[in-house]
Order: sequence, then C-alpha cells, then structure tokens
Amino acid sequence: MDLLIFQAPILIVQASMDGILLGILFALIAYGMALQWGVMNIINIAQGDLVILGGYIAYFMYLYGIHPAWGVIVSPIIMYFVGVGIYKLVINKVVDRDLFISILATFGISILFMQLMNFAFGADVVLAVSGYGTTMLFDNSVTLPNSKIFAAVISIIFAIGLVIYMKKSKLGRAIRATAQNARAAKILGVDTEKVYAATFGINAALCGVAGALISITFTLHPYMGLPYTIRSFMIVIVAGLGNLPGVAISGMGLGVFEEFADYILGTEFRIGSVFLLLVLILVYRRFKLAKKREYLK
Amino acid sequence: MKKIYKFALVLLSTIGLILGTTSTSFSKVEGDTIILGAAVSLTGKYSSNGVHTQNGYNMAVDRINSMGGVKVGGKTYKFDIIYYDDESNPKRAAQLAERLISQDGVEFMLGPYSSGLTKAMAPVTEKYGVPMVEANGASRSLFTKGYKYLFAVLAPANLYLDVAIRTAVELNGGKPVNIAMAFEQDAFSQDVRLGIVDAAEDTGSKIVIDDKLPKELNDMAATLAKVKAIKPDVLVVSGHTKGALTAIRQIAEMQVDVPMLAMTHCDAAKLSKQHGKNAQYALCASQWHKTLTYKDKWFKDGMTYDKDFTEMFGYAPPYQAAESSAALLVFKDAFERANSFDQKKVRDALAATDMQTFYGNIKFAPGGQNVSKPMVLFQVICDSSGKCENKVVAPLKWASAKLIHPVPKWSER
Repeated sequence: MDLLIFQAPILIVQASMDGILLGILFALIAYGMALQWGVMNIINIAQGDLVILGGYIAYFMYLYGIHPAWGVIVSPIIMYFVGVGIYKLVINKVVDRDLFISILATFGISILFMQLMNFAFGADVVLAVSGYGTTMLFDNSVTLPNSKIFAAVISIIFAIGLVIYMKKSKLGRAIRATAQNARAAKILGVDTEKVYAATFGINAALCGVAGALISITFTLHPYMGLPYTIRSFMIVIVAGLGNLPGVAISGMGLGVFEEFADYILGTEFRIGSVFLLLVLILVYRRFKLAKKREYLK
Repeated sequence: MKKIYKFALVLLSTIGLILGTTSTSFSKVEGDTIILGAAVSLTGKYSSNGVHTQNGYNMAVDRINSMGGVKVGGKTYKFDIIYYDDESNPKRAAQLAERLISQDGVEFMLGPYSSGLTKAMAPVTEKYGVPMVEANGASRSLFTKGYKYLFAVLAPANLYLDVAIRTAVELNGGKPVNIAMAFEQDAFSQDVRLGIVDAAEDTGSKIVIDDKLPKELNDMAATLAKVKAIKPDVLVVSGHTKGALTAIRQIAEMQVDVPMLAMTHCDAAKLSKQHGKNAQYALCASQWHKTLTYKDKWFKDGMTYDKDFTEMFGYAPPYQAAESSAALLVFKDAFERANSFDQKKVRDALAATDMQTFYGNIKFAPGGQNVSKPMVLFQVICDSSGKCENKVVAPLKWASAKLIHPVPKWSER
C-alpha cells in the first residue's frame, strides 16, 4: 500500500487525467467491438491485431516523411477494405454459427495477422513521433502529452460521428435493423450480407484510427494486439452489449481505476485489479438478474 | 531353441554395436566437419535478435574455417551448424533440442536467443550430457540450477545495471543515493532488478520506487509521475525494447527530470534512431561495445569486427551478434585443449576456459556464467546537428567519453 497519492494530492489530478485520456482511446476500440458484437454476434479476437495493423499504416507514412497524424484519415480507409476483405473471406462463413466457432475463426485470423505482420514489418518495436509537445498545468506538476490529448479528441470525434451516422444514414438504419432482428430486416428488403460486410469494415476502420493514434502515443509490435482485444472486450462486458454511451463511460472508468490502482496498490496490481473489478461487476450483475427473475416469478 | 535364442542375441548386439558406433562417428564429426546444433528464433517475436544470433554464429564459423579450422588429434576440422527455427517458442525450442540430439545426432550445441528459450533447452542438453555454449541467455536462474553442461559467454543479468548504481554513488561523493526502479515482470528484468537491490544494499542506498511493470506494458505514466513527485537520484528501467522506447517517449513527454537514467536494451531498441535527441543522456547497459580494446587473433578487435560484420551483413553488429561469435571461439578453444570429441572431456575443457576474445575475457564460474567480463555502460550523446552516438562512459577503464552527470533539466535543453 502506497500513500504517496494522498501526500501529494496533485497526483490525483495527474492520475485522473492520464486515466481518462487512456480510457477514451480504449473506448474507441471497444466501440467497434460492441458494434459488430451487437450486429453480427461475433466476438472478434483479432480486434487488437487490426489495431496494430492500422498503427503500422501510420508508422509507414511517418517513415516516408508524412506526419503520422494523417494516419487517422488514411489508416481507416485502408482498414475498411481490409475489414470487408476479412468478412468476405472468413467471417461470412461463421456469422450465423455459434459463438464458439466465431471465436475460433477470429483467433485464427489473429494468429495469421501476427505472423504476417511479423514477416512483413519485422519483430522490432517501433513508434512514430508526433512532435506535439506537452501541456503543463499547475506549475509543471501535472503534465499531459499533447499527443494523448490529440488521441482523445480524435477518438471522441470519430465516436460521435459514428453515433450520428448510425442514426441518420440509410446504412446506419439498416445496421440497426439487422442488429434488432436480422430475419425481419431481410424480409423487409435489407441486404444483410452487405450490412454485415459494412459493419465489419466500420469496425476495422475504427481499429485503424485507434492504431494510428497508438503509433504516436505508445509503441507498435506485431505481437502486441492481444492486450487491446482483452481490454476492449472488458469494456464491452462492463458496459453491456449495445450500450454505446456505456462503452465510453466504462472505458474512461476502467482507465481511471487502473491509474489509481497503480498508485495505491502498486504497479504489479494494475492489470490484476482491473480484472478483479470485472469479476465483481459480473457477480453483481448475476445477483441483480437473479432478483429480477424471482420478481417475475 | 537355445541356439536360435543365442543367435538372435548375437545378431541384435551386432546391429546395436554397428548402429552405436556409426551414429557416434557419423554425427558429431562427418569427415572433417564438426557439426554443431542450434535452434534460433528466425520467426516470431524474437526474430530480429534471433537473426543477429545466427549472423554472429555464421560469421565466426566462416572466420574460423578460413583461418585453418579446429585442430584435434593432429587433424584439421571445420565447423558447420545445423539450424532450426524455434519460432520464439520455448516448447518448440525444447522439442528441437531433443530432435537435434536424438535424431540428428548432434553432440555439441549452441544456445538460442533469450533467457526463456535457453531455460527451455538447458534441461534437455543436460539430460543427454551435451555441452552447450550459449551467448544470449543471461537470466541468473540459468546458473543456479547446478547445470554441468551449460556455459554462457555473457555476464549474468544481475550485473547489467549494477555498475550504474556504483557510478551514481561514486559521483555522489561515496554517499548513498535514492533509487527509483521500474522493471517488467519477466525473468530477465527481474534478475536485473535483483542486481540493483544487491547494489543498493551494498552501498547503503535507498530504493524509493519499486514498480513492477505488467508484461503488456504500454504506459508508464503513473511510474513517471511518482518519479516526478519523489525526485530520486537514479531512475533504472528494464523492460526489453518496448520498455526502453516507452520510457524515453514518456520521460520526454512528461518532462521528467532525473539526474541519472539507466536502462537495458537501448541497442536493440535503436533508441537514438527512433527518438533522436530525446534519447540523449540515457545510460545503457551493454555486454559489448566496438570501442572496447579486447583483442584476439580471429577478429582482431571490436572495431575490426564491426567493420567486417557490416561488410558481410549490411548492418552494424549489435552486442547480440558479437557474443554469439564469441561462443564459437570458446568451442574451438575447448576442442583443441580437450584434443578429443569426447563430450565429457570437451565439457571439462570448457569449464577450464580462460581466454581473451575480441568480445571480452571469458572464464566460467562453476554455475557456467562468465565472470571475467564486466558489463559496460554507454551514454547516448548527440551533437548540435542532432546526430547521436553511443559512447562508453563506465567502467572508467574502458571509457571513451566522460559521463555527463547530472542530466540537464528539460527546461534547459
């Protein structure tokens, strides 16, 4: 137990800000996962690998002298087509099957992507430098990297854009209809096959944005996708399926919780405490559901 | 009936004898070639360093063969290596060790890349009594298990940053210092940590932050915020290339001022190439540096090795390549002193090794680790045009530049 954070209260501000900025970025990845989980009932284990691939696109732009921030525009465009491609090749064969099959299939895609990226880009850890500098608050005692602020702002823009798109556009309505009842949507003339492909493409595009942001805030490595998959999975579980505002809140909440766990319990309990929280939330949910069932009886 | 039984027995033992003798005379030495076995990571997450390891081995094989080979029993032999790709996977590495020994009949082995994979292979080579000289497994636990056939040309992990703490104390006028540590939770980094804990105890220094970073580490902001608040004299970071890159990025972003920053894996992370001037003043532990003045007759010295390696492979050798080349020199020396291919005799000759190579002096402790080669620290130093170079600054005996201490504050850079 470390009480440093209470002795230096300014650290509370630092921890909260770090957690929120981290959480928003993770929430964007979770957004994509929640969307396709809700629409297609597929848990995409390759989510993190799509993120990393998106990051490499920004990294290569950086290598060729283009500012990596442009990656947030280029990367999603390329990743959309990668997503549609994966759907046409693999996912369309497992989309109506049970959840276990889709987990196996996407797990396979994940392994394939890791190996291909390793083969194509090498096993070195790489990063892109944005050169954005730092925002200093409270006389330099709270520092916020501008690249992280940029990442959070872009994430929020894309998340809001997506919500509006889902509400207003024709495809958005078709996606929502398919999520509610695929069969009924089909009968009413929605081409569900196209909707599924677009959903997977949009998810991959969101991963592309997140990847480009990660290339300028953290590091990239072909095998580093899994933590992003697990994190977004957790955020979706905590938020509940189909609850898009919930995803944003649970993303930030977990981020802040994680930072505070680091200060108070120690860095070694950082990840563990997040998992503990997940277990507690699931147990609590079970109790709540059980009560509801009793009531219905 | 008895006759048939006897006949069968004779037949079987003859076959056994033939198989036995042919396989031993066939496997380790084919004609005038000594065949060594090695599993290295050519794919998977260690593939960059796996390739450095393989290049280091190949370079030494070429050099030794072209300079007359190995003389055993009045006859000259050449080296050859059977390689397998262990896919950076410990289980696969153990299987391949088994395969090299029992199917390919290899009787002498070279090590893989990384402590984890060496740990997986050592029990197998030990079981078959196959001497293994390894160059890329530094974890202390490799040398405390009582392995008799494992020899490492590199200094063990606990010594990696020991010299940084001692230098900091020295610069502090012999007075103890406050140390902040951030180490990844893996065998190697935790061994480096134990070394720091020992050095702190030895010098009476105090450990004020002791963070164990998760393996999926991508954010060190919390640790660095603590460093900012507590203001230690030294910050030590070890978390492979990812840790080194993350630390430099976030130290610069958060403008963390600390008088001394010491870390591992700067070489492999290509710190100054990826971070430019932000990496400046970082102290890095290294097994070898080209400017060290060790000499031998095969590679001459570090500078020549650097030049020849660059010519052959098109990139400057990281220390992982240099130490791998040294492993072959050790084998050659041991074969010649043993004057035999008997595994026990070669093992004993290896244990008695005491030689100088371009990479450093090599002498094995009973645990198998090399105790006669110190670690060096280099500092990333950039000129005004932004070009950065690694200069050896400690220990003083090998220093080619003066250590810049304390590190200038971010506001003054």
